[in-house]
Amino acid sequence: MIYEGKQKIWKDYQKEIPDDHWYFVRSCIRQNFFPASERMFTEITRNVLGKDVYETPYHTTCGGIAYHCDTLPQETAMTIVARQFALMTEAGYENYAASCITSFGNYAEVLETWHEFPELEARIREQLWKATRREFKKPKYLAHTSDLIYHWRNQIAEKAKFRLVDKDTGEPLRIAEHIGCHYAKMFPSKGVGGAEYPYVLTGMVESWGGQIIDYPERRHCCGYGFRQYHVKANRGYCVSNTHKKFESMEPYGIQAIVTNCPGCPYFMDRWQYFIAEQTGKTYGKDGFGIPVLTYEELAGLVLGYDPWDLGLQLHQVAVEPLLDRIGIPYDPKAKYLGVNKEDLLRPSLPQTLKCF
Amino acid sequence: MMDFGFKLSKSATIDLDRAGTERYEKLCALSPDARTCMACGSCSATCTAASFSGMSVRKVILGLQRGQDVRPLLSACMLCGKCTLVCPRGINTRRLILNLSKSYD
Ligand code: SF4
Ligand code: SF4
Repeated sequence: MIYEGKQKIWKDYQKEIPDDHWYFVRSCIRQNFFPASERMFTEITRNVLGKDVYETPYHTTCGGIAYHCDTLPQETAMTIVARQFALMTEAGYENYAASCITSFGNYAEVLETWHEFPELEARIREQLWKATRREFKKPKYLAHTSDLIYHWRNQIAEKAKFRLVDKDTGEPLRIAEHIGCHYAKMFPSKGVGGAEYPYVLTGMVESWGGQIIDYPERRHCCGYGFRQYHVKANRGYCVSNTHKKFESMEPYGIQAIVTNCPGCPYFMDRWQYFIAEQTGKTYGKDGFGIPVLTYEELAGLVLGYDPWDLGLQLHQVAVEPLLDRIGIPYDPKAKYLGVNKEDLLRPSLPQTLKCF
Repeated sequence: MMDFGFKLSKSATIDLDRAGTERYEKLCALSPDARTCMACGSCSATCTAASFSGMSVRKVILGLQRGQDVRPLLSACMLCGKCTLVCPRGINTRRLILNLSKSYD
């Protein structure tokens, strides 16, 4: 990869990201997979950066996963999306930030389809009115929440307590980024940096002190692929994609992976256990895996939040070697203590993949 | 090993950096014209055995370049030599098949 070429691509794909007043919608699944990530987004944006980020309890699924699994027709998904836009309109916002990449792609696809087929938009408006007596304005700006953290990355860097640097060698950490397919592969202009070399996570890692490592299968899907995973008989294909990525990154000495999608960190984290059980192979050092973090978890770590408050104990791959490398303090005994020091009980440990 | 109810599916990717091409090189030493194949498929189109067995000299050469085992294809060849007659590159495909078969002995 020629660096100047990459710079040009990044320049061509910049999108306008307003600095404040965002209507925030959560993902259906992220809170189960990585429970503190969205909590950390609101914590950082509201309490650390002082931004106006509004959310409503009336928000529901966007229908994206059902739509991509072919269990829901697109018109139904569009009407659900129309209702979300109506909630935003009622709340008096016009900047819409989705925490889920599937949702973000779904919203981008719906808006683009309405742009191309205005008669369809009119029909959806009519359906929404008949079903809920609601009306809506389309968002003026649509962003994924990683766009916002990217936008505020330097402010976060100014307040950071830790940098993504090896405390012993002083070298920047070797980090791989993985972008959810629906972030920019469908509409490259909707993502920061385009589809081939998205800059959104690279920008964060660089301003927090780390270095991004290129590897051949960098843009390959994590393997989730909706129907590949949801049909159990197809799961072997799902994991074979993840396996391909890890095989490809193996020679590059990656120390951590950062992602911006609900599914990708889940599969890249959990499948390392599956791959280790099936093949006996692990990809980190000394029998450990490579920790896979969400960008909010990474932001939380550099800002000095307690790793266990960031939910890192719920990762399959042990994060302790990474914390030690950066020099982030943690209490090993508190790993499986939840809110109010309630004992979460220790999970049984895998046979091959080393964990604590 | 734990039973998950599914297994890691084998990838169809051919990694040319890892593919063993020793047999292809061995063949090229005996039949250097193998290197001139342009994968036009004339041999496969004319092969009598092709429609019954999938035999194709083109596939055999490509398979060797990818480090694959091509023996199942070879076993269907009748050594009739029709493919040699049509090859626009003038490759002696019949001799190529013989040389290759011998290399597996
Ligand atoms: S006819 Fe000759 S050149 Fe064409 S594919 Fe067959 S062997 Fe190769
Ligand atoms: S020699 Fe073999 S490959 Fe060639 S046409 Fe005859 S049967 Fe087919």
